[in-house]
Amino acid sequence: MTTPDTQGPKVGLLVTCLVDAFRPNIGFATVRLLEQAGCTVEVPQQQTCCGQPAYNSGDNITAAELARSVITAFEGYDYLVSPSGSCIGSVHKYPDLFQQSPEWESRARHLADRSYELFSFLTDVLGANDTIRARFEGKATYHDSCSGLRQLGIKRQPRALLQQVEGLKLVEMEDAEVCCGFGGTFCVKYPEISGRMVDDKAQAAQASGADTLLGGDLGCLLNMAGRLKAAGSPVRVYHTAEVLADMAHGPGLGDGEER
Amino acid sequence: MESHSHEFVQRAGAALHNPTLQQALGRAKDGFVLKRFNAVSALSEYEALRDRAVQIKNHTLEHLDHYLLRYEEAVRRNGGVVHWAADAEEARNIVRDICRKAEARSVIKGKSMVGEEVGVNEALEEAGLEVVETDLGEYIIQLAEEPPSHIIAPAIHKTREEISDLFHRFHAKYGYTQRLTEVPDLVNEARQVLRQKYLSADVGITGANFLVAENGCNIIVTNEGNGDLTSTLPRVHIVTAGIEKVVPNMEDTTTLLRLLGRSATGQDITSYTTLFSGPRREGDPDGPQEYHVVLIDNGRSTMLADEFREMLRCIRCGACMNHCPVYGAIGGHAYGWVYPGPMGSVLTPLTLGLREAKDLPNACTLNGRCQEVCPVRIPLPDLLRNLRHRQFQARMGTKRSRWGLALWGWLARRPAMYRLATRVQARLLAGMGGKRGHISKLPLGGNWMAGGRVMPVPEGETFMSAWKKRQGGRG
Ligand code: SF4
Repeated sequence: MTTPDTQGPKVGLLVTCLVDAFRPNIGFATVRLLEQAGCTVEVPQQQTCCGQPAYNSGDNITAAELARSVITAFEGYDYLVSPSGSCIGSVHKYPDLFQQSPEWESRARHLADRSYELFSFLTDVLGANDTIRARFEGKATYHDSCSGLRQLGIKRQPRALLQQVEGLKLVEMEDAEVCCGFGGTFCVKYPEISGRMVDDKAQAAQASGADTLLGGDLGCLLNMAGRLKAAGSPVRVYHTAEVLADMAHGPGLGDGEER
Repeated sequence: MESHSHEFVQRAGAALHNPTLQQALGRAKDGFVLKRFNAVSALSEYEALRDRAVQIKNHTLEHLDHYLLRYEEAVRRNGGVVHWAADAEEARNIVRDICRKAEARSVIKGKSMVGEEVGVNEALEEAGLEVVETDLGEYIIQLAEEPPSHIIAPAIHKTREEISDLFHRFHAKYGYTQRLTEVPDLVNEARQVLRQKYLSADVGITGANFLVAENGCNIIVTNEGNGDLTSTLPRVHIVTAGIEKVVPNMEDTTTLLRLLGRSATGQDITSYTTLFSGPRREGDPDGPQEYHVVLIDNGRSTMLADEFREMLRCIRCGACMNHCPVYGAIGGHAYGWVYPGPMGSVLTPLTLGLREAKDLPNACTLNGRCQEVCPVRIPLPDLLRNLRHRQFQARMGTKRSRWGLALWGWLARRPAMYRLATRVQARLLAGMGGKRGHISKLPLGGNWMAGGRVMPVPEGETFMSAWKKRQGGRG
C-alpha cells in the first residue's frame, strides 16, 4: 500500500521482546529517529515476539504460528522496522517456515521484502543522511552483532549515522565482528563457554580505549554489559538508537542510578 | 576412533580451565585467520571461484554414481583396485584384509581423516601390525595417544614443551637421549626416526583430497611431503577416501585446489600437491606394487538424499573451525570425535546419531562466521538448525527447557496474557535490581551467572504499556 508523499512512509514498529521488557527507551528512541526522518510510526498491538527462540530451538511449528501473527499484524504497513538485526533476520527467514503453504509463503516473502533493521532503513531506504540531531560526549566503540552483520550486511550504516553525533568519537576495537557469545538460548545453555566468549569481547572493548560500547541488538548488549559490570568496568553500554536519538543521558545498561 | 561426543559439556569445561590449551588456542586462531584473510583478499576472483566450486560440487553430487563408476573404471585401467565400503566396519575389514594378504607387519600412514573416522589404526593394531603416522602432527598425537583436535593441524593444541617431553620419552629407544627444545631440532629428530619407519614399512596408507574421475588420479596436498614417501616407498599403497571426494576432471580439481590452500593455511598452494595414478608400471623406478582405493560411504549416501546434502560439498579445509568462536574457546577435543568445530557439529550427529552428539548442534550461537568463510558456501548455521529441528521432533532436550519453551510459546500466542506476564516480570526484576541497575542472582537458577556476568535489570515499565499511556496522552 502507498501513502500520500506528504505523510512519508507508514512504518510498523516491531519492538522486540527484549526491548519491550528491558529497555523501553530503545523503543522510544527508534520512534523518534523514524519520525525525525519523516515517517509515521505505529506500534501494532498484537505483536509479542518474532518467534526466534522457537525457531532456533527447532520448534518450527510454534515459530510458524508466531510468524503468522507478525505477518498479519504488519501487512498493512509500508515497512516493518525494528531496532534489532537479529529479529529482522528472523523475519527474513519466515518464508522458509511455510514451504507447505504457498499462500503464507508469499505473504511472508512480501513482508520480508519490506522489513528493515533500523539503521539500514534510515540510511539505505530513506537516505536520511542528515537527520540526526544528537550530542554525546564520549569515545565509543561499536560491536557488530552477528545477525545484522552477516544476514543483513549491516556494518557501514550505524557508523555513518554515528558520525553525525556531535561530541562522539568512534574508535574500532579488535575483532569487532566476532560473536559476543550471546546467541539467544546459547548463553543460558552453555554459560561457561558463553562467558569465555564475552570475556574476550569485554577485554577488546576496554583495550580500544573507548568509554562507551554501542551496538544494534539488545541481547548482545545485555550480555556484554553483564560482563563489563561484573568486572567492575566503567565502560557504559547503550543501544546505538539511544545515542542517535539523543536519549542516552540516563544510566547505561546495567548501570545503577548512582553511577 | 571412539566417540566422546556425549561428554561435550564436561570436556568443554575442562578445556576452559586448561591454561596450556588456552594459550595454544589463542596463538593458533590468530595465525590462521590472518593468513586466510590476506590470501583471499589478494585474489580478485575469489568470490567467482567460490561460486564455481559450489557448481562443481553440486553437479558432482547430483551425478555421484556416474562419476564414482567412471573413477573406478579409470583406476582399474591404471592397474589399481577399487573397494567399496558401506560402513566403518567394512572399511576396517577391507584394509585389514589387504594388509593380511600382503603379509604386512608394519604400516605407515599419511594423514587421513576418514581413516580416523572408521578407525583404521585401531583395527590394524588389533591385528598385530605396527602403525606409524607420518604427518608430524598426527605422529605427535599418536605418541600422546590422543585423537586429532583439528583437521588441518591435528596437534594444534600441543605446546612445544609438551612435544619436547613426548619426543624425549619415546625417542630414547632409537638412541636419541638428549632433550631437545628448539622447533627445527624437534622436527629433525622426528624426521630421523620416521625415516627408518618409511624404509621398513610394508604398506602405506594415505587419505585423498580429491579423486579425479576422468583419469583415476588421487590427489593429496601436504606441507611436509610425508604423503609422497608414504605412498611410494612401501610395497602396497592403500588410499582411503569418502565417496564425496570424487571430482569430474583435472580442470575442476584445480579450481578446488586454489580454494583449499587459501582457506586452510592461507597458502596460494600447499608445498606438495601430489598425484597418484596407480601401481608401478614397467620401467618405473619406484612406486608400489599394489594400489588399492577404499571408497567409504559410512552415512554419506543417506546425507546425499536428505536436507544435509550440502554438507557433502565440504573439502575439509578447516576454515570454519578456525573462525568459530566456540571452537576458539574450547578447542577440538571437546567435540569428542574426528571432526570438530562447525563442520563436525553437523557431521558427527549425522554419523553417530542425534543422541550421542546431542550437544553439538546446540553449542553454537548461529553467528554465521563459519558460513562466511566456507569456500564452498555450506550454510552451516541452517544445517545446525535443521538438526535442532530433528532433535525437537525426537523430543530430545531436557524437560525443563522443553517446558520453558512450551510455556513461552503458549504465552507469545496470547498477546494480552503475554503483555501481563512481561509487565510483572519487568517490575519484579527491576525491583530486585534496586539502585544498582543489575542483579547477580537470578530468581530461577543462576546459569547465566556461571559465565561470570551480572544481569542488567529492566527499566520497570514495559514499552508497550508506556506507549499506550503516551498514545492516550497524545490523543
Ligand atoms: S565446512 Fe566449509 S569451511 Fe568447514 S571444513 Fe568444510 S569446506 Fe572448509
